[in-house]
Amino acid sequence: MLSNPDRSYPIKIGLLSGVIAVLIALEGMIQAFGARDIIGGVISLGHALLYATFFAAAYLAIRRSGATRLVNTIFVGALSSLIASIFVIALVWLGSWTDLGYVFVNATQPLYELLTFKQGLVVGSLLMLIVGIVMGILAALTVALPAKTRQYILTPVIWVITLGVLQDLVTVTIQNMPFLKPVTNFLYVSNGLSIPGALTIFVLLLAINYFWLEKRSAAQNRYASLPPASRRAVRWGSIGIGVVLLLMLPQILGLYLSEVLDNVGLYLLMGLGLNIVVGFAGLLDLGYVAFFAIGAYTVGVLTSPELGHAVIIGNWWVALPFGVAVAAFAGILLGIPVLKMRGDYLAIVTLGFGEIIRLLALSDVLKPFFGGAQGTRSIADPDIGPLEMTWSPQSFYYLFLAGCILVIFVSTRVKNSRLGRAWMAVREDEDVAQAMGIDLVATKLLAFGMGASFGGLAGAIYASKLTSIFPHSFNFLISINVLSLIIIGGMGSIPGVVVGALALVGLPELLREFSDFRYLLYGAALVVMMLVRPEGLVPEARRAMELEEFREEEEPAKEPVVLKTMGQP
Amino acid sequence: MKARFLFVAMLAVAIGLVVSACGPSTPPFQCKDKLGCVDIAPNDSVHIAYAFVTSGENSTLGLDTKYGAEIAVDDKGGKVLGHAVKFDGQDSGCNAEGGQTAATKIAADKTIVAVIGTNCSSEAVPGAPIIANAGLTMISPSNTAPYLTDPAKRAPGYFRTAHNDKVQGAAAAEFVFKQLKYTNVATIHDGGPYTEALANVFADSFRKLGGKAVVEAVNVGDKDMKPVLTRVAAGKPELIYFPVFIAEGGFICAQMRDVPGLEKTTMMGADGIFSPDFLKACGKNVVGMYFSSPDFSAFAGGYQALVDKYLKKYNQKSTLAPFHAHAYDAMNMFLTALENPAVTVKDADGTLHVQKQALRDVIAATKGFKGVTGNLTCDPTGDCADPKIAVYQVNADNFSSLTMPKNPIWKQGQ
Amino acid sequence: MRRFSERLNLTDVIMFIIGALILLLVVVGSAATLYAGKYTTRQWLDLVVFGVALGSIYALIALGYTLVYGILRMINFAHSEVFMAGPFTAYFLADAMGKSGFLDQNLFVGLLIIFAVSMTVSTIVAILLERIAYRPLRFAPRLVPLITAIGASFFLQYFFRGLYGPNIKVYPEIAFLKNVIRIGDLNIQYLQVLVIAAAALMMIGLQIFIQRSRTGKAMRAVAEDKQTAALMGIDIDQIIVITFVIGGALAGAAGVLYALMFKQVNFIMGFIPGIKAFTAAVLGGIGNVPGAMVGGMFLGIIESIGPTLFLDGLNVPAPQQLKDAIAFTLLVLVLIFRPSGILGEKLAQKKA
Repeated sequence: MLSNPDRSYPIKIGLLSGVIAVLIALEGMIQAFGARDIIGGVISLGHALLYATFFAAAYLAIRRSGATRLVNTIFVGALSSLIASIFVIALVWLGSWTDLGYVFVNATQPLYELLTFKQGLVVGSLLMLIVGIVMGILAALTVALPAKTRQYILTPVIWVITLGVLQDLVTVTIQNMPFLKPVTNFLYVSNGLSIPGALTIFVLLLAINYFWLEKRSAAQNRYASLPPASRRAVRWGSIGIGVVLLLMLPQILGLYLSEVLDNVGLYLLMGLGLNIVVGFAGLLDLGYVAFFAIGAYTVGVLTSPELGHAVIIGNWWVALPFGVAVAAFAGILLGIPVLKMRGDYLAIVTLGFGEIIRLLALSDVLKPFFGGAQGTRSIADPDIGPLEMTWSPQSFYYLFLAGCILVIFVSTRVKNSRLGRAWMAVREDEDVAQAMGIDLVATKLLAFGMGASFGGLAGAIYASKLTSIFPHSFNFLISINVLSLIIIGGMGSIPGVVVGALALVGLPELLREFSDFRYLLYGAALVVMMLVRPEGLVPEARRAMELEEFREEEEPAKEPVVLKTMGQP
Repeated sequence: MKARFLFVAMLAVAIGLVVSACGPSTPPFQCKDKLGCVDIAPNDSVHIAYAFVTSGENSTLGLDTKYGAEIAVDDKGGKVLGHAVKFDGQDSGCNAEGGQTAATKIAADKTIVAVIGTNCSSEAVPGAPIIANAGLTMISPSNTAPYLTDPAKRAPGYFRTAHNDKVQGAAAAEFVFKQLKYTNVATIHDGGPYTEALANVFADSFRKLGGKAVVEAVNVGDKDMKPVLTRVAAGKPELIYFPVFIAEGGFICAQMRDVPGLEKTTMMGADGIFSPDFLKACGKNVVGMYFSSPDFSAFAGGYQALVDKYLKKYNQKSTLAPFHAHAYDAMNMFLTALENPAVTVKDADGTLHVQKQALRDVIAATKGFKGVTGNLTCDPTGDCADPKIAVYQVNADNFSSLTMPKNPIWKQGQ
Repeated sequence: MRRFSERLNLTDVIMFIIGALILLLVVVGSAATLYAGKYTTRQWLDLVVFGVALGSIYALIALGYTLVYGILRMINFAHSEVFMAGPFTAYFLADAMGKSGFLDQNLFVGLLIIFAVSMTVSTIVAILLERIAYRPLRFAPRLVPLITAIGASFFLQYFFRGLYGPNIKVYPEIAFLKNVIRIGDLNIQYLQVLVIAAAALMMIGLQIFIQRSRTGKAMRAVAEDKQTAALMGIDIDQIIVITFVIGGALAGAAGVLYALMFKQVNFIMGFIPGIKAFTAAVLGGIGNVPGAMVGGMFLGIIESIGPTLFLDGLNVPAPQQLKDAIAFTLLVLVLIFRPSGILGEKLAQKKA
């Protein structure tokens, strides 16, 4: 019978999710998240994670098995989630029989207690099995619901979970608006959402969701039927609101979220710079952090009185152009030896360049110039003229905003210029581009130089914001993060970089509380995002076209005969 | 009808009297503090935050201090002035930007009354001013960089229970020169701010005493230490001082005897590797090695009890690093200060009002505080540690039982 | 004459100057160091031995990069985690055997078991990696699998951290391997002999496998041209899986050698050796098996001997700190003169 997919899928998926559930437990996630309640006293994040695994197992099994009758779906769902829950129980029994803690750090008594609901081995195990079956039945019921109803319910549930998880952030942000304090007091208890709070959010969002899904098309129709003049008015109006909102954002969001936005801005500047090198010109650069470091150190060394140099520029704004220019120069300098290298040779040389810059800044040899391991401290604030002020994340926001707008403007203009088209030609095929009369040397060096100058600008602002820079801050991971965000966003696409920066810098910041699992989740998210959307979140039109071809080719993937070499050079 | 009215009126007056008698006989609290107050409602907890490294390679340091502070809360029964203590915080990542972000997130939360952190000195450079601007007081259990308490640059409200690098480096040099009577030594750092400062202070102090000292360096993450040791061997040093962390220290110690010329050279480390994990990482070469570290034997009687509770609660011998006791003391300094009526005003209904400037002043005025790391007295620059540095030597028993020696063989100033 | 000046443009001149400057520094530095005579012959020989042993491990890891690159044209960034997974898991076995004394009594069997476990785990991780993260993206633009590789690398690091804990684990010390062979001024530990010999054997075996066996031929065919190979009836999926299996097994073996040499293992142990091995692969000519070997040795020796030889004579303080900077500078130097690596073919330039 195992060959029959109807029967073997639930078992296979159950086994797989069982392994996953056990691994989640051994990773320590259930324990760590167990301390955080989504709904105070009702369900913790840790248990929710486990239940979600069971639910997903059942849901997938039902979908894959193709069962349609409710009885069958319930059977299939319950079977696979039951198998998954048996794995969890097996872990507990194994753990109480032998010491798993020698190998697995998280296989401890508190974990077993959590997994058995503190009810002892036998009762707890039975409860866990029941949870497994219930999740399977729930999944079957979910499948049985009409698609639309499912959608209505799903969004509010996700929101309840999100608001529960982000409790800290929400309450801290709302502290800025004292008049909203009663709202948070109503929504939250000390650990998690309150029960009435959770219900209110659910009902409210259900209603909003319903109206949104039902009435959206009506609103769109009305907008479309408006005369062009009023349509323009609506558009300008919304742009106006957007601009005002952008300017007001730090005041609304408060200190911490402004800090997060600053980090997004910082990576956005770097992302736009690297986007020119990698996205436009197709030159893989794994050492972009070098230019960031050079910009930061140039400004730092020029404005810090601590190193005792002869030349000290007290004013950040005067040092800024030097930072940008030195970074651009370094970009061109790096560009020269790598002109003839392609692809991955380029990648490793740029990676090496990034490391060389960091090691030189760190070295004892150059300590008199850069401060060595103790870094460069007391870097000037970006005060304008005699106007001195305390620089907070909120004020730096405007500096980042201005920088980003400038850089986005330049990027957009360059992209559609002759130079931008030359870059794209080089990216598609170097030899053809050269044959068409494009000066490869100038084109590539300009890409390196311009990309580097944006990195230098980012570094200059960063140095001033931290007031102190250390060589350790300029490590390889920054290059990797910047590269990831432009590819996640959609390579070569400017809106893509913005979305990528928000997704890869902003979101992990919000999860700072779960520091232990940040990189784990970050890594998984990178893989999943690329598998689901290889073209990026906001792909460039040209790229999307290429990806379309790739998708079409992928269809007959069962056969080994696939006639295409990997991508472009 | 009239009688009834009279009755109601009398009742009203009576109730009014009772209410006024029970009500605020003192005027309601008004915050006059320069930096403002944190109000804690009767059912809310007293919120103390940490900024520690809880992820990545240096998380041992962060967890050690976090556990130490948590035990201090437990020892108080989890409560201060009848309110539960909420101790949570932010990962500061052991780098400047992590320190800044963590500090900003703490500064944004207006329920926080005090901060314990940071772990790494590079975090405190941008982090401490942010905490200071928010009017909070911060005690670091493990920042050792001298410049943090440099009067010209210190952020107001910044204190530390960890000893300044200047103290340890000088003490180690004194031991080597005066006790061991060596004149030719080498020191190796790993490019981290802590180890670089300590190695240089050691070398400078040693030269001042009249000896010869060479400073060499490796990088964090290096594995093969034989090349650098071969270089060192060419100078024929009598002792090598490597104040680095467990990984790099383990590589240096384990590979030392494989390098010709260093078969007999004395080894010495600092508090960063004063841990059973290091004994494991090094292997049997560690027998006979010296360590400069805080003098645990001079710690008040509570220290051993603290370690026992630590091991019992967390069952993690391997996170036991040198700074849990400093974190324990830092937390106790806060808890004691918060109980001081000059800092916290308690209303009849249990509401607390913590006055921020007053808290800072009380911490700054700490004198002879009986902590487990000694008698803490804060000097005007924010250094509160009672810096008793001692030197320990690991013997074969320590190695076989994987425990650090309890009694120092040398104490500073003796 | 005209043709000469046409070919000699400004960028070539600058490149030549950069190259000449680096060479000059190397020559002057080395001459000054050797003239000062601070180090004995024995010490120089020791440095070479350290370098060769380290280089052997780099070379073994580099093979994994090179094999995958040769066939898929992608940098398998997560290979460093394949390298970590094996020895990190096998640690528990090694520790138990070390404590019970089994390892000292039956050294050969004990080591064999550790190798087997480590290689198996690494291979499994490599196969899963290919199946989950790379296969669905085989025909996507080349940077897409690079990002999944980076993501997988983060994931695996922190996955194993969560599983086995963040602390450093220490392999047991094997006294027998500490014995030293003396040949004149040359001193080699048994351990170093084991590392170098095992690495050399595996590399020679791999080279023979690739050149002689049927599967090896198929691998070369796929590396050359997937399309034609498929038309010849070669199952590309299977060949790719075999490639990952070989790379994983070699990484697992390299991991044990590494753990025997340096003792400490933890979740982040693969990161730096991974980057070094990748550099070695490029240095030797990526996609080229003997190239990985040459690149690994070159890098190992430069790291060991370079700082002292080049910088000591110039009175640079703490030169060992700059060993990676030196290695990367020499990489640039090599690539300026041989843009496709030491043993890279002209063909590679086109494909890379």
